[in-house]
Amino acid sequence: MDLFEYQARDMFEAYGVPVLQGITADTPEEVEAAAAKIGGVVVVKAQVKAGGRGKAGGVKVAKTPEEAKELSKNIFGLDIKGHIVKRVMVAQGASIEKEFYFSVLLDRSNRTFLSLCSVEGGMEIEQLAEERPEALAKVPVDATKGIDLATALSIAKQGGFDDETAAKVAPVFVKLYEVFVEEDATLVEVNPLILSAAGDVIALDGKVSLDDNAEFRHEREAMERDELDPLEAKAKAMDLNYVKLDGEVGIIGNGAGLVMSTLDVVAYAGEKHGKVRPANFLDIGGGASAEVMAAGLDVILNDPQVKSVFVNVFGGITACDAVANGIVGALKTLGDKATKPLVVRLDGNNVLEGRKILADAAHPLVTVVETMDEAADKAAEFANR
Amino acid sequence: MAIFLNENSRIIVQGMTGSEGMKHTRRMLLGGSNIVGGVNPRKAGETVDVEGKQLPVFGTVADAMKETGANVTVIFVPPAFAKAAMIEAIDAEIELAVAITEGIPIHDSAEAWAYNVNKGQKTRLIGPNCPGIISPGKSNAGITPSDITGPGPIGLVSKSGTLTYQMMFELRDIGMSTAIGIGGDPVIGTTHIDALAAFQADPETKAIVLIGEIGGDSEEKAAAYIKANVTKPVVAYVAGFTAPEGKTMGHAGAIVSGSAGTAQAKKEAFEAAGVKVGKTPSETAALMREVIKSL
Repeated sequence: MDLFEYQARDMFEAYGVPVLQGITADTPEEVEAAAAKIGGVVVVKAQVKAGGRGKAGGVKVAKTPEEAKELSKNIFGLDIKGHIVKRVMVAQGASIEKEFYFSVLLDRSNRTFLSLCSVEGGMEIEQLAEERPEALAKVPVDATKGIDLATALSIAKQGGFDDETAAKVAPVFVKLYEVFVEEDATLVEVNPLILSAAGDVIALDGKVSLDDNAEFRHEREAMERDELDPLEAKAKAMDLNYVKLDGEVGIIGNGAGLVMSTLDVVAYAGEKHGKVRPANFLDIGGGASAEVMAAGLDVILNDPQVKSVFVNVFGGITACDAVANGIVGALKTLGDKATKPLVVRLDGNNVLEGRKILADAAHPLVTVVETMDEAADKAAEFANR
Repeated sequence: MAIFLNENSRIIVQGMTGSEGMKHTRRMLLGGSNIVGGVNPRKAGETVDVEGKQLPVFGTVADAMKETGANVTVIFVPPAFAKAAMIEAIDAEIELAVAITEGIPIHDSAEAWAYNVNKGQKTRLIGPNCPGIISPGKSNAGITPSDITGPGPIGLVSKSGTLTYQMMFELRDIGMSTAIGIGGDPVIGTTHIDALAAFQADPETKAIVLIGEIGGDSEEKAAAYIKANVTKPVVAYVAGFTAPEGKTMGHAGAIVSGSAGTAQAKKEAFEAAGVKVGKTPSETAALMREVIKSL
């Protein structure tokens, strides 16, 4: 999960990372009140998870609360790369002396943590990495040791900081690493980290991504999250692993790899059938039960874009008879609401029993096809009718 | 021969007494694996009857190794305890640790891996979030069904569990030396390259199927490795061409970030290395069939 800027700011503050005042606001009136509370020059910043907010008109400087209110009217409702602005953060203005860059992240390629650091901040990190790669230090961090003050100083030096400034930023690096570990983040980035005119080091803008696998050891229920598509929300409530796409062939399968592969195979088949595409990703898991199959079908048949459904199961741990029972049971429950053709391909554990259950039920909407490629073709054909 | 796991493997199960652990211990035993015991500190000293075999439960991996001569452990403990289980196995310097558990926090896997590296990698870690490894007819450490295919000349390495099963099924008339599921998490122990190197060195393996998916750069690295080091024929399959950017597709590691980790880039990397890439699992199996015929 990627955090909004204000969430990253609040998280930094909780760990003692120096930040400026920032108050969220959802209406121009709230913006005015927040600006008055902070006092002086403020910056009104759109809270969307997209880069290039400034260029899109989502970041404005205001000298008075009234000006902040007026400016915010043009920010609310703004479409920034497909994200509509519903909330802004009113932040205290800063007088910037120098801009730096610091981040710590998971380096998947090398299976380690990595710290990136540069005395030259302010621009996009990708741009810096390309234009002045020698100015960007890349320092691997041992996950069993972390970043202590000595390591932080060394990182700062490698990033081009002079001794005096390194001594100022290093304690902030240590705190940011604490955020990274304690919050189970996969990315903590500060860009820019600034030196103010008054000589203070401040994290002016932050980006934090958190590991979904670690949610069980954190209290995050109250956090604002991206609005889910209604079908995604429904699937999530049923604990299904579902991603909404924009095609016509609904997909249910078991195992992430097989389901990804199923989407691809359907897209290829669709090239011959009116360019129909997969409508979703839905993995009912390695040990899928009849109940899970029924819940999955319920979500997919409720997608108005779906014209046909492809159920693709290889029974490893899952038994095909359980899957077949799930399909038959779900169709019974749905009754007249089930109106879309289902193409089913079963293989593996108890496949003959599974196919027999479907043959005996002889549901008019269900077509059983033996291979994955032929089944994908059939499902695409149905979706194109 | 086979790689990493063979008829001499003596397997213990960490988390054997839990429901998943017990279910799969039974399946592995029925499939012919030599399971010699389990580990659960709270049940140390007890004996569990699994399909008529009396399996002792030990307090630690080290105790289990000392008493049974175990050289392989399969880890089924829940995500919150998986880091401790992996580190315990690494500390005991067991040859092979297979972590099946899905949903382990990335920091825990990263820390366990760093720990293993710092200790000189005396333990080969497979996974986490994987189906494990099977050398058909010899041994099975994990959750792969034992009866999909028999022994044969093909080596298979895959990020995905069900695609492993699917490919074993497609090529069941030819058979496999070893099929290894390396897992779909961002941080894993054994990589595509590790498996490729071992298959290249294994006289029983004549050809290799590699299955990849979106996310990370393991496939690109594997392609470069094949070009430089692998003389046996390799065919590849990559899943996730239709995956949208920025969405996690089931596996924690299966995500296209910006322009990085796309299936297209991986396919191109393989093709540039002279590796044929199938459009579908069936087409990939057909490519392998041609390879086997030509040997």
